[in-house]
Amino acid sequence: MIKLEARPQPSKLMSIASPLLALAVTVVIGVLLFMMLGKDPVRGLQMFFVEPVKNLYQISELSIKATPLILIALGLAVCYRSNVWNIGAEGQFVVGALAAGWVAMQAGPDTAWMGKGIVVLVLLAGVLGGMFWAGIVALLRDRFNANEILVSLMLVYVAEMVLSYLVYGPWKDPQGYNFPQTITFLADTRIPRLVPNLRAHIGVIIAVVAVGLFWLFLFRTYRGFALQVGGLAPAAARYAGFSSRSALWTALLISGGMAGLAGGLEAAGPLGQLSPYVPAGYGFAAIIVAYVGRLHPVGIIFSGLLMSMFYIGGELAQSRMGLPKSLTGVFQGLLLFTLLAADTLIHYRVRWQRAAPAVKAA
Amino acid sequence: MDSFALLLAATFNAGTVLALAGIGLLINERAGIINLGAEGMMLVAAIAGFATAVGTGNDWLAFGAGAVAGALMAAAFGLLVIWLNTNQVASGLALSLFGAGFSAFVGIGFVQAKIGERTQYAVPVLADIPFIGPAFFRQHPMVYITVLLVAGVAWFLYRSRAGLVLRAVGESPESAHALGYPVRRIRMAAVMLGGAMCGVAGAYLSVVYTPLWVEGMVAGKGWIALALTTFATWRPARILLGAYLFGGVTMLQFHLQGQGVEIPSQFLSMLPYVATIVVLVLISRNAAWIKANMPASLGKPFFPGS
Amino acid sequence: MNTPSPALRLELQGISKQYPAVRANDRVSLRVEPGQIHAVLGENGAGKSTMMKIIYGAVQPDEGRILWNGEAVKVTSPAHARKLGISMVYQHFSLFDTLTAAENVWLGLDKSLSLTQVAQRIEEVAHTYGLDVQAQRPVHTLSVGERQRVEIVRALLTQPQLLILDEPTSVLTPQAVDKLFVTLRKLSDGGCSILYISHKLDEIRALCHYCTVLRGGKVTGEVDPALESNASLSKLMIGAEPPQLQHRASNAGAAVLTVSSLSLNKQDPFGMDLHGMGFEVRAGEIVGVAGVSGNGQQELMAALSGEDPRAAAGSITMNGSDIAQAGPGQRRRLGLHFVPEERLGRGAVPTLSLAENTLLTRTETVSKSGWIATGRVQRLAEDLIARFNVKAGGAGAAAKSLSGGNLQKFIVGREIAAHPKLLIVSQPTWGVDVGAAAQIRGELLKLRDEGCALLVVSEELDELFEISDRLIVIAKGRLSPSVPTAEATTERIGEWMSGLWAQQPQSTIASAQA
Repeated sequence: MIKLEARPQPSKLMSIASPLLALAVTVVIGVLLFMMLGKDPVRGLQMFFVEPVKNLYQISELSIKATPLILIALGLAVCYRSNVWNIGAEGQFVVGALAAGWVAMQAGPDTAWMGKGIVVLVLLAGVLGGMFWAGIVALLRDRFNANEILVSLMLVYVAEMVLSYLVYGPWKDPQGYNFPQTITFLADTRIPRLVPNLRAHIGVIIAVVAVGLFWLFLFRTYRGFALQVGGLAPAAARYAGFSSRSALWTALLISGGMAGLAGGLEAAGPLGQLSPYVPAGYGFAAIIVAYVGRLHPVGIIFSGLLMSMFYIGGELAQSRMGLPKSLTGVFQGLLLFTLLAADTLIHYRVRWQRAAPAVKAA
Repeated sequence: MDSFALLLAATFNAGTVLALAGIGLLINERAGIINLGAEGMMLVAAIAGFATAVGTGNDWLAFGAGAVAGALMAAAFGLLVIWLNTNQVASGLALSLFGAGFSAFVGIGFVQAKIGERTQYAVPVLADIPFIGPAFFRQHPMVYITVLLVAGVAWFLYRSRAGLVLRAVGESPESAHALGYPVRRIRMAAVMLGGAMCGVAGAYLSVVYTPLWVEGMVAGKGWIALALTTFATWRPARILLGAYLFGGVTMLQFHLQGQGVEIPSQFLSMLPYVATIVVLVLISRNAAWIKANMPASLGKPFFPGS
Repeated sequence: MNTPSPALRLELQGISKQYPAVRANDRVSLRVEPGQIHAVLGENGAGKSTMMKIIYGAVQPDEGRILWNGEAVKVTSPAHARKLGISMVYQHFSLFDTLTAAENVWLGLDKSLSLTQVAQRIEEVAHTYGLDVQAQRPVHTLSVGERQRVEIVRALLTQPQLLILDEPTSVLTPQAVDKLFVTLRKLSDGGCSILYISHKLDEIRALCHYCTVLRGGKVTGEVDPALESNASLSKLMIGAEPPQLQHRASNAGAAVLTVSSLSLNKQDPFGMDLHGMGFEVRAGEIVGVAGVSGNGQQELMAALSGEDPRAAAGSITMNGSDIAQAGPGQRRRLGLHFVPEERLGRGAVPTLSLAENTLLTRTETVSKSGWIATGRVQRLAEDLIARFNVKAGGAGAAAKSLSGGNLQKFIVGREIAAHPKLLIVSQPTWGVDVGAAAQIRGELLKLRDEGCALLVVSEELDELFEISDRLIVIAKGRLSPSVPTAEATTERIGEWMSGLWAQQPQSTIASAQA
C-alpha cells in the first residue's frame, strides 16, 4: 500500500525534477499513442523534439510560437501566485489584438512621420486592450464578488464573437474578395524582425526582458511579495495589511496587459492582419506553460519552449506523417495532468507500507 | 402561439443538457470538490456517445458510453485531487484542456458522420392537448428522466441519511473523518457520479440535441453548468430552473436569428455567455448569502492524517 | 453465564508509537478501573493525544497490548472502538454547523436508529445527566459550551463503558466546569470509566480518582491526585518546579490605547456582534481579557489590529490618533503590533521561510521604493532566532517545520523586537510547551517593564492571573468593567464570563469576595 507522508520542508530537488518526470510520462504515453495509430514512434518523437530545433529557420519559427506563450504565462504566473484564477487570457489576447489591429489600421500618410515608431503605439494599444478586458473581470469580482474563473472564461467567447463580427462586418477589407479579414497592415506598423530572412521578431527580446522584470517583481519587490502571500495564506495577507483588492486588480491588469501585448505582437507580427485565425489557443496553452514552468519566470522560459515544440511538432507530424494536429492538444493536456500528479512529490514522500492485518477483538 | 410552444419545447431540450451537467456538478460540490473539468468531460463523452450511436444505432447505449467516459475522466481527476491533494482548480482545468484535445483527436473520423433522423417521441394523449402538448409532451424521454433525476437528487440530499452524510462531508471533512466516515471514498463516489452525469449530458448533446460531432461542440456549456451551481445556491430544484432559463436564452437567440432580427448574428450568439455573466453578478452580490449556503469545504484540500 | 468481573476496564501494556521525528509514546502503560475518573496529565507534546488516538482506534501502536475488560484487543478504527464501548469527546468538536444537534448526533451513531428516535433519546439522556441540549437547533446557533454538551450527549448515546474527554474545560466558564463535574461524577457512579485528559492541576485534584502523568512520551508517575500538591504534580509533568515569574508591581503611565463605544456588526454569519465596548490600556501595564472562546474575541482583535477597519471613527484611538479605520500597516507605523492566535496561516505563512515571514510585519528591510534587501532580511531573522531561543533549521527553514512553541516564540519575538508602543497578543501560549510558555510570558512582562502597553487575550484564566495587572471579561460581545488582578477572584471572573456583571463604575470594585 502506498502511503503519502508530509515532508517538513518542500523538496527543492523535486521542484525541478517534477516537470521532467511529467514530461517523461507524457512522452511514454505519446509513444504508446503513436504505436496505436500505427506510426513509427521514434519518428514521431523526432517530429516533436528534434525537428523544431534542427536549424536556425526552425528555431526562429519556434521563437515565434514561444514568445506569446512566455509573455502570457508570465502574467498568469503572477495571477496564479496571487490565487486569482484568470482563465480568460485567450480573450484578453484577442482584445489586445483587436486594439493593436485598430491602431495599425489607422496608419497612413498622416502617420508616416512616426515611421517605425508607430509600432510602439500598436503594442501599447494591445496592452491596454488586454488590460481593459481583464479589468472587466476585476471589476465584477471586486464589486459583485463574481467568480473570476467563470467570468473571464465567458468573456473569451464574447471576445471571439466580437472579433468575428468585426472581421465579417465593419472591418472587412473591401479589396479582400469577401474573405473575413482586415486589410493587411502597412509595413511601418509591422513588428520589426530580428534578422532579415527569418520570421523571428523583436517580440523575442521583449519576452527575455520581461522574464527579467517579472523575476525582479516577484522576488525582490514588496509588492510582489504581498501578492504571493495573498495567494499562499489570505489570512496572513490580511494580518500583514496587504490589500486583497489591490492584489486582485494588480494581478488581473498585469496578466491582461501581457496577454494583450502578446495579441498585439501576433496581430502586427506573423499575422499582419486580423482574421478569425487570431485566437490560436495561446491563452489556454499559456496556462499549462505557467504551471509546468513552476509559476517561475525562468522555468517559464523552458516550459514555453517545450510547449512551442509541441505546437511545431504537431504541425510537422501532421504534414509529414499524417498524424492529426489535435495530438498537440492531447500532449499539452496530458503534460499538465501528469505535472500536477508529480508535484505531490514536492510536498510528500512516498512510502511503501505493508497493510496491517486487522484483528478483531476475541 | 405555435411557434411559442415550439420555443418552449426547444427550451426544455436545451435545458436538459445543462440540467444534467449541473446536477452532476452539484453532487460534486456538495461533497466539497469543485470540478472545473466539466467542459472536458462533456466533450469526451459527446464523442464517445456519438461514436457509440454511429456504431450501434442505440441511443441508450450512447448515453451509457457517455456516462462511462465522464466517470472515467472524473476518476482520474478524483485520484489527483482526493488522494494526491492537488489543487482542485488547476486539476480541473487540466482535465478540460486534456478533454478538449483528446476529444478532437478521437473525433477526427466522425466529423462527417451522421446518425440519421431522430425519432419523434410523444406522450400518448397528453401530447395532443393544444399548446401544452407540443410544448411539454413531445420530448425525448431523457428530458423527463432528467426531471425525475433532479427530484431524486433532492430527495437524496435532504431526506436520506446518505445524503446527510454527503452534506456533512462537504461541510467539514475533518469532522466526518473524526466520526469514522470514509471521507475520501465518499468524495470519490460523488466525483465519479458527477462525472457520469456530465457524461450523459455530453452524450445527449451529440446524439439528441444536435446529432453530429464537431470539435469543441460543447461550446462552453460545461462552464455555464458550473455557473449554474452557484446560481442555484447548491439546491437541486434551482438547478432545473436555471438550466431551463439558460436553455431559453439559447433558444431565444436562434429564434431571433430565425425571425430575421436586425442584430448581427454574433451578438445573438453571445447571449448565453453574457447571460451567464449577468447571472453570476446578480447572485454573487450578497457574499454572506453565498457563504452561508456554500458547502464550507468547497475547493479546500483534505488531509486525513491531521 | 456469569464471568468474574474484570479487575480493570482498560489496560495499556508497553504501548509504543514512533513517528518520523519523534517517539510519541515509549512503552507507556495505563490502568483504568471500572467507574474510575482517571486523569492523564502532561504538557503539550507529552504524548497524551497519541495515546488517546491509539485507544480510540484512530492510530495503530507499533508495539504493546491493549486489554479491554481483561481481554486483549486490537482497536482497528473509531467505529470499532465505539462498538467496544469506548467513546471520545475531542477538544476540537466534530460538529457540522449547518445541521441540527439531532442530525449531528445521528451522524455519530450507527444506522440502527431513525432520526426521530435519536432526537427522543437525546432528550432522555440530557435529562438524566442534567445536560441542557435542544435537539432541533442548528449547531451554528449554539454557544461553545452548548456545543460541547451536544458532543457529550452524542458520546453518551453509545452507552459507553469508557468515556474519554480531551481538555474539556478549556471552553467553559468556571461555573460550567462545576456543572460538568457533576455530570461526570454521575457517570462514574453509574459504572462508566472516564479518561480525563488535561494539564489543569487544580481540576485534576478536584475531580479525578487517579492520575497517570506523561512526559516526553513516557509515564513518569501513577498517583492519587488527592495525595499530591500542584508542585509535586508539576514536577512529574515537566521534571521541575513550575517556573516562577518575576512580577513587579506595575507603574502605569498615560493611556496608550483608548477604546470607546466600539460597536460592530458581525461579518461572518456565524460570528458575534460587538456592543458598546470601552476600555483603555496604559503604558507599562498588562490588561488581560478573559472569556470563553466565541464571545467576540476574534471580532475585537480584528478591529484592534486593523484587519477589520469598519469601526466608527474615533472609537479606537492610540496616543491621541484616531486609528479606528486604519489598516494594519498604518497601525504598525504608529507602534501597534499584534500577535494573532492562529500561528500558521495568519501569523506566519507556512510554506515561506522564517526570513520571508519577517516581511509580514517588519518592513525596515524594505526600501521606500519597495525593494527588498534580502541580506538584511536574513540577518533580521537570524537575530530573532538567536535572541528568542527559537529552535529552527536556520532562517531559511519553512515556518511549518517548526514546533508550535518555537514558531510562537518567533512570532512573538518578531513583534516584541519591533519596539512597539502597544502590543496586543491573542492566546500567547496556546498549544505551547511549558518551557516556551514560561519564556513567552517572561518576555511579555519584560516588555511591560520597559514601558510598553500590553493587551493580552487568553482563554487560560491562570495565565491571565499570572501576568495581568488588570482584568476585563468579554461575554456575548460586551466588556465588563476592569478590575485590578489583585482584587479579582476566579469565582467573580467566572460569573462575569457568563455576562453577569453589575453596572458598577470601575473604582468601586474594591470589596473582594470571601
